[in-house]
Amino acid sequence: MTDILMPALSPTMEEGALAKWHVKPGDTISAGQVIAEIETDKATMEVEAVDEGEVAEILVPEGTQGVKVNTPIARLKGGEGAAPKAPAAQPAQASGEPEKQAPEAAPSAAAVPAKPAVELKDPEIPAGAKLVKTTVRDALRDAMAEEMRRDGDVFLMGEEVAQYQGAYKVSRELLQEFGDKRVIDTPITEYGFAGVGVGAAMAGLKPIVEFMTFNFAMQAIDHIINSAAKTLYMSGGQIRSSIVFRGPNGAAARVGAQHSQDYSSWYAHVPGLKVVAPYDAADAKGLLKAAIRDPNPVVFLEHEMMYGIEFDVPEVEDWIVPIGKAKVRREGTDVTITAHSRMVGLALKAAEALAAEGISAEVIDLRTLRPLDTDTIVASVKKTNRLVTVEEGWGPHGVGAEVAMRVVEQAFDYLDAQPVRVHGEDVPMPYAANLEALTLPTVDKVVAAVKAVTYR
Amino acid sequence: MARAPKAAEQSAGRPNIDRDELLKFYREMLLIRRFEERAGQLYGMGLIGGFCHLYIGQEAVAVGMQEVAKKGDQIITGYRDHGHMLAAGMDPKEVMAELTGRAGGSSKGKGGSMHMFSIEAGFFGGHGIVGGQVALGTGLAFADWYRANGNVSFTYFGDGAANQGQVYESFNMAQLWKLPVVYVIENNHYAMGTSIERASATTELYMRGASFGIPGEQVDGMDVYAVKDAGARAAEHARSGQGPFILEMKTYRYRGHSMSDPAKYRTKEEVDEVKKTKDPIDLVKTLIAQAGIDDAQVKKIDDEVKAIVLEAVEFAQTSPEPDPSELYTEVYVEA
Repeated sequence: MTDILMPALSPTMEEGALAKWHVKPGDTISAGQVIAEIETDKATMEVEAVDEGEVAEILVPEGTQGVKVNTPIARLKGGEGAAPKAPAAQPAQASGEPEKQAPEAAPSAAAVPAKPAVELKDPEIPAGAKLVKTTVRDALRDAMAEEMRRDGDVFLMGEEVAQYQGAYKVSRELLQEFGDKRVIDTPITEYGFAGVGVGAAMAGLKPIVEFMTFNFAMQAIDHIINSAAKTLYMSGGQIRSSIVFRGPNGAAARVGAQHSQDYSSWYAHVPGLKVVAPYDAADAKGLLKAAIRDPNPVVFLEHEMMYGIEFDVPEVEDWIVPIGKAKVRREGTDVTITAHSRMVGLALKAAEALAAEGISAEVIDLRTLRPLDTDTIVASVKKTNRLVTVEEGWGPHGVGAEVAMRVVEQAFDYLDAQPVRVHGEDVPMPYAANLEALTLPTVDKVVAAVKAVTYR
Repeated sequence: MARAPKAAEQSAGRPNIDRDELLKFYREMLLIRRFEERAGQLYGMGLIGGFCHLYIGQEAVAVGMQEVAKKGDQIITGYRDHGHMLAAGMDPKEVMAELTGRAGGSSKGKGGSMHMFSIEAGFFGGHGIVGGQVALGTGLAFADWYRANGNVSFTYFGDGAANQGQVYESFNMAQLWKLPVVYVIENNHYAMGTSIERASATTELYMRGASFGIPGEQVDGMDVYAVKDAGARAAEHARSGQGPFILEMKTYRYRGHSMSDPAKYRTKEEVDEVKKTKDPIDLVKTLIAQAGIDDAQVKKIDDEVKAIVLEAVEFAQTSPEPDPSELYTEVYVEA
């Protein structure tokens, strides 16, 4: 004997009405035959037989309301292919109760991305190594060129990256060295070429996808998140996407709301992505090389206003800065200021101004936003007992909110003042010069925030 | 360039049919159908959660196309993916156990019906965002082109996805760079509840590449031989460096869009007419009878398929749920 059970016909159905039987005892049925109609709260559905055999008995007559899912509704004679047994303790909702399944982990900050086994350190600069004045733009170019020389699977694609030499000249001379198969001009088609890049990465290549700016990556964010970030997990570890999405992020100058936006917190929100936002040329080079070698998708946020600025870059072979490690840019004892990308420059200037007034500020360059180097931030706050965060993006749900919460979670008792956030004003970027200036963080705003937390 | 099917290419009455291939087609299509029927049953029992899109009715497309795939070729599709995985040779046990969300599933229970993969079988998913697989499949073809390995990406999507913008972004790049991709449009006539006539300004989907200069062909997707023949022509075009090719497979799904769809947007008569006159498995059964193949051989295949599917069902219920420690694994590749 094989029981035919009341089926669930939607993700949420628990019971339904048995509206009609199309078969009666003595009928022979075959797989695929419609045997009954069932009414759910949404619709009337036909039920098809899976097993073949003769109907022995109708257990629930038509017209019966409120029949629970998995109740036997009819019985078949014989039928060698017995219906699969419902496990005794299996609830109708296969998902079960989430709170019972969640591991008993510490607060989320501790459980989220696994900590590296080895301590992350910047490479040593050998004594006598030459420091070369290099713009951020050329440091990024050098990083790509070195990695392309090293690995034939690395290639660059994006708008104007090849013949035009890059909209911001970041890919200057790469076409000449590597040819048009590895430096590829795409049509203006962000969603499409981001998907093509991820597909190529799934096949084992290591694409660098340049967005002319991250504002245009909004059209591609589906592939960055749904395809690149999630597929390793969804495939049980089978499908990797070693890919870098890079380009200028944040506010340029006088280009209006659609071309001036900081996406740091958008991408830093997503498990499966690494998110990097360097400040100076040495980090731009070292972190981009690390990003290209990383087996995971990396969102690499540059800043247009930094491209032309020169910094010292050590002339050493394979200058690689580890992803996931913040850098203390200036040591101090009275307050911790965190910042990333261009805002690091503001924080350093603010620290200079504060020093003149006798306030000693420690400046932490976050460098990587995911995974965030909480240890370095917390260690600093335990020393200074005060926190000011600085970011170009909007405040609500932002990087500063996350940094402050981690400090609250891990160093609450060390705080002598509530943390304060400095961030872009909560408006679309205005065009007018005076309004634009009012929107962005400034040295004065950082100084004022520090004075607030130090009660000066 | 684009053309509709010729009558001579369609359907039964073929001379010189290879009996082994005929039985293989029967076996593979029957496996998909029996598998899907059981999946529907497990869904009804609450053992499969969420969304579950069945492939019943469309079996000839995945099975016929698989016949022209070579080692190293890639296959990628949307969320109606069970049939493609079975045709590609993935283990029915692992596919069914993924549907039930168990540790023995092909994604260890973390993917579900819409998200399964197998590098070994060349199957790259299993994607839940309508149209997303089209750009990704074009990227797989980009990798073949980059490596000049002679492989082809078979990129499947439906008549609904055919209206997504990224499909045309992909067509443009594929033809611009002459990427080896065969776009297989499974036109089952309904994008969820919306018929193609209500959603598409032009319904001849094989012509959708015309403005990019991509050749296309409309195929009787209920006839596994028509699928295979057209697939061979398209794959040869792509493999020989001539770029992408579009195949529009005219097919039909018997069940609703997903398990919770009663499919009231079409008449019972319409569905019954297709089942009665166009069923891909019945067509092959007719050819088997015409070839004078013994009923016992057919019965043997029926029994084998039934046993494989029941074994998969058993495995999918006895394999344990993933260990809670799996929650935080495979978010990142550890460098």
